[in-house]
Amino acid sequence: MLTHPPKRLAERTLVLTLCSAALALSACKKDAPAGDKAGSSTGIGSANAPAAGGNKITIGVLTDMSGLYADLAGKGSVIAAQMAVDEMGGKVGDMPVEIVSGDHQNKADVGSTIAREWYDDKGVDVIVDVPTSSVALAVSELTKTKNKVFLASGPGSSDLTGKSCSPNTIHWTYDTWALANATGREVVKNGGDSWFFLAADYAFGAALERDVTKVVEASGGKVLGDVKHPLNASDFSSFLLQAQSSKAKIIGLANAGGDTINAIKQAAEFGIVSKGQKLAGLLVFISDVNALGLETAQGLILSESFYWDRDDKTRAFGKKFGDKAGGTMPTMVQAGVYSSVLHYLKAIAELKSAKDGKAVVAKMEAMPTDDVVFGKGTIDPNGRKRHSMYVYEVKKPSESKAKWDDYKLIREVPADQAFRAPADSGCPLLTK
Amino acid sequence: MPGGFSAPALFGQLLLGLINGSFYALLSLGLAIIFGLLNVINFAHGALYMLGAFVGWGLLHYAGIGYWPALILAPVLVGALGVVLERTMLQRLYRLDPLYNLLLTFGLALIIQGLFQSKFGSSGEPYEIPELLRGAKNLGFMVLPIYRGWVTIVSLVVCLTTWFVIERTKIGSYLRAATENPAMVQAFGINVPRMVTLTYGFGVALAAFAGVLAAPIYRVSPGMGADTIIVVFAVVVIGGMGSIMGSIVTGFSLGLIEGLTKVFYPPASNTVVFALMALVLLVRPAGLFGKSS
Repeated sequence: MLTHPPKRLAERTLVLTLCSAALALSACKKDAPAGDKAGSSTGIGSANAPAAGGNKITIGVLTDMSGLYADLAGKGSVIAAQMAVDEMGGKVGDMPVEIVSGDHQNKADVGSTIAREWYDDKGVDVIVDVPTSSVALAVSELTKTKNKVFLASGPGSSDLTGKSCSPNTIHWTYDTWALANATGREVVKNGGDSWFFLAADYAFGAALERDVTKVVEASGGKVLGDVKHPLNASDFSSFLLQAQSSKAKIIGLANAGGDTINAIKQAAEFGIVSKGQKLAGLLVFISDVNALGLETAQGLILSESFYWDRDDKTRAFGKKFGDKAGGTMPTMVQAGVYSSVLHYLKAIAELKSAKDGKAVVAKMEAMPTDDVVFGKGTIDPNGRKRHSMYVYEVKKPSESKAKWDDYKLIREVPADQAFRAPADSGCPLLTK
Repeated sequence: MPGGFSAPALFGQLLLGLINGSFYALLSLGLAIIFGLLNVINFAHGALYMLGAFVGWGLLHYAGIGYWPALILAPVLVGALGVVLERTMLQRLYRLDPLYNLLLTFGLALIIQGLFQSKFGSSGEPYEIPELLRGAKNLGFMVLPIYRGWVTIVSLVVCLTTWFVIERTKIGSYLRAATENPAMVQAFGINVPRMVTLTYGFGVALAAFAGVLAAPIYRVSPGMGADTIIVVFAVVVIGGMGSIMGSIVTGFSLGLIEGLTKVFYPPASNTVVFALMALVLLVRPAGLFGKSS
C-alpha cells in the first residue's frame, strides 16, 4: 500500500539538482572504477612508497584505466611492467623495485597532478606508458623539470622526440611519423593517392594527420579535406558522410581506441568500403580489432611494432601475459611498457642509482636494447627508440584459426627506416 | 567544411541528426515517464541502456539468440530487473526526499558500469547488423544505411504509441491521475503501487530497447550509457521534466541541432547541447514544454 505518496520537488530545485548531478556524473564516470582522482596508488607490491631519496626504485604506471584507451593500455600496462620487474627478480642490486599506478583519464591536468604528486611525495623515479599525447607532452615537460625519467609507450605524437624532445624522455613503442611512414606509404603505393582525414581533435590527431599528409604529398598524392571530431565521439555518421562526399579514395582515420572502433563500425554501415572508398586505420591496436570482430575489420591495413604471433619468443610472451590478464593478448603499447621497464632496470643495474634522471636516460641511450618483444634495437639521441615496424592486413574470418589470430604480415619496415632520422626531427637537443 | 554547404549534403546531415535524435527521444521518454509518476530522477537509465545492449549481445554470444528475438527479450529481461529494483530498493525511499532516490540510482549506475568494465574491458564487444537490414540505399543526396532508417522508424512508432497510451487511453488516464493525486486514485480501487512498479519497469524496458537498437551501430561497451545519458539529461531539462511530448520533440530536435553542428563546427558537437541547455534554463527555467509551478 502506498501510504506515503512520493514527495515532490519544486520545479526549480529539481532542475538545479539535475544539472549538478549531471555534472557529478560526468566527473565521476571516469573516476569511479579507478579510485581517487589524485593518483590512486593501486600498489602492486607495497602501496606505502617511501619519501624521495630512499634506496628503492619506484615505477609509476600512469595510464587510462577506464576510458577509451583502457583496453590497449590500462591494467595490461601494469601487468606488463610487473612482468619486467619479476624478470629482474623484483630488485636491482640491493634496491627493491615497486610499482604504483594511476588513472590520468586522458586529461592533461589530471595527468600532471598525479605525476607531480608522484615525483614530489611518493618517491617515483620513472613514469611509464601515458597513452594520450596531450597528457604525455605535459608529463614529459614536468619530468624534465624534476630530472626524473619518462618512458612513453602509449602516446603517439612524434613531437615528443621532435620540437618537444627532452633529455629525460624516451619515446618507446611507435609514433605518428612511423605510422605515417608504414601504413601511409603502403596505402599510397597501392593506388590510394587522394585522402580525406577524420582526425581526433587533440595533439595526437593533429600530429598524425600532419605526418601522414607529408608522406602522401611526398609520394605524389593529395589531401582533399579533413574533419576534426571531438575525442570520444560516439557517432561518426555525419563525419563519414562528409568523407564520402569528398570522393577521396582513402579515408584516413587519425584517431585511436574507441573512436577508431566506432568509425570503422559505422563506415561498414554506410557501405563506404563496398562503394569503393577505402579506410586507412592509421593507429589500430589488436584490442580494437578484437572489439570490431573480423567480419567488420577484415582487409584493414595497419601497422604495429609488436604482434604476439610474430615468432616463438613473442608467442611465449603473449601466453605469459595472457595467463595474468585473463586470456587477452598484449597490445604493442603493453609490450612496449614491458620492454621499456626492462631496459630501464638494466641501465639502473649498470649505474647503481636511479636518482639522476638525465644520467639514466643517457645510459639507456648508450646501451643497445634487446628483449623478446622487439628484438635488438637502439635509442636515438633525441630519445627515439628504434626497432622494426610491421605492416599487417587483418585476416578474413575464414583465415583466423582462433581468437586473437588476426593479422597477416605484409611487410617489415626495418629499424633504420621505420623511424624518423634524428637530423630531421627538429629536436632542439641535437643542435646544441 | 567540405561538402557541408551544398543543399543536398545539408539535407543528408539533417536526416542523420534525426536518426541520432531517435536514441535521445527513446531514452528521454523513459526518463520522463519515470519522473512523471515516481518523481524519481533515474540516474541508472544510462547503465540500463548499456545493460540492454549487453543482454542483446549476450543472448547472441552465449545462447545463439539473434537480433529480432533480442529486441523483445532484452527489454523484458532488463524491465524485469527494473521491477525488482523498484520493489526492493526505490520503493523504500519514496517517503524521503527525492534526492535519496537520485543518489540510489546514481550509485546503482556506477556499480553496474563498474562490474561490466571489470568483466568486459572498455573496448566493447562486436555486434553485427541483422542480415535483413544490411546494406545502404542511395537516396540521391545521401547514402542511408537501411539499419538507420529502421531505427528512426521504429523509435518514432514506439515513442508515439507510448504518448498515445498515456494521453489518450483509460490506462493512461489512471497513470496521469496517479501523478496528480495518488491517494485519490488509490481510493477508487486502483492498485497504485503496482502501477508505479510497472511504470518503472516499462521506462527501464524502453532504455533496454534503445540499447539493443544501438548495439549494431555503436560499440557495445560499458561506457556507452554514461556517454549518452548526460546528453539525454540535457534533453530532459530542455524539454521540461516529466513532459512526454516535450521529451520526444526535444530528443529529435536536439539530434538535428547536433547534426548541424557537426557540419559547421565539428569540435563543438559534443558541447552544443549543453550550451543550449544553459540558454533554455536562463529564459525558461521550467523547460520548453514544462509547466512552471
